Amino acid sequence: MQRQVALIKQSLFDQGYLDEQFMELEELQDDANPNFVEEVSALYFKDSARLINNIDQALERGSFDFNRLDSYMHQFKGSSTSIGASKVKAECTTFREYCRAGNAEGCLRTFQQLKKEHSMLRKKLEQYFQLARQAGPKETARRPK
Amino acid sequence: MATKSTGGTEKTKSTEVKKKLNVLIVDDDPLNRRLHEMIIKTIGGISQTAKNGEEAVILHRGGASFDLILMDKEMPERDGVSTTKKLREMKVTSMIVGVTSLADQEEERKAFMEAGLNHCLEKPLTKAKILPLINHLVGA
Repeated sequence: MQRQVALIKQSLFDQGYLDEQFMELEELQDDANPNFVEEVSALYFKDSARLINNIDQALERGSFDFNRLDSYMHQFKGSSTSIGASKVKAECTTFREYCRAGNAEGCLRTFQQLKKEHSMLRKKLEQYFQLARQAGPKETARRPK
Repeated sequence: MATKSTGGTEKTKSTEVKKKLNVLIVDDDPLNRRLHEMIIKTIGGISQTAKNGEEAVILHRGGASFDLILMDKEMPERDGVSTTKKLREMKVTSMIVGVTSLADQEEERKAFMEAGLNHCLEKPLTKAKILPLINHLVGA
């Protein structure tokens, strides 16, 4: 089961969902804080759900306040960077570029993609953490090249 | 509300932190507060957190002092630039390290430094980024 956990984690890196920052989090985890990475992930998904809701509401209103949208996405990108959520981070960057260009359609399109990536990452990490808990104290996967 | 956590002296890969460093983490993002708290603990320091610059100022008015302050730039209530200026006006001599985003423009970083920072680091913070500054601070 340990091997299965390691393979799932490696696939998250290979498929580009996670980057090296996630490994940094794992290296901080210790016996006194054995669930640190899962704890930080939970903080991320709680806060990002709030930001997604704020952006959804702002977009639904129809009048695009690009400064406000950019500010929300700045926060979202920051959190995504801190956890190593690579694909989500990339969509945040694209969204901010559309904000700067005043491109409402681009913002809408990118936001749909961002929500998709965010949801996928959430499912995969939930699966990973569930398996890791079942497997017991986990080995650290090799740092991806 | 500011919170406190304790660390312990630990050997690191490159050096041992001889003195227990007292750090204030100022960031509106709970994920970053937790992450930076853990980094400081791992390198043998103790930390308190503040959700924004205004909380940080209030802590100092109450007599708190720190060896190191990790200061986020973008925060509600009072941002990093304003907080740094205020703390320096209050004669706070702690090392203040600004924490910025890659997206921040050069002029923004410059303004942040000119507010009274000792150093500026880019997110995400890691042990590798912060250890040289901390070792300099404790004279290791």
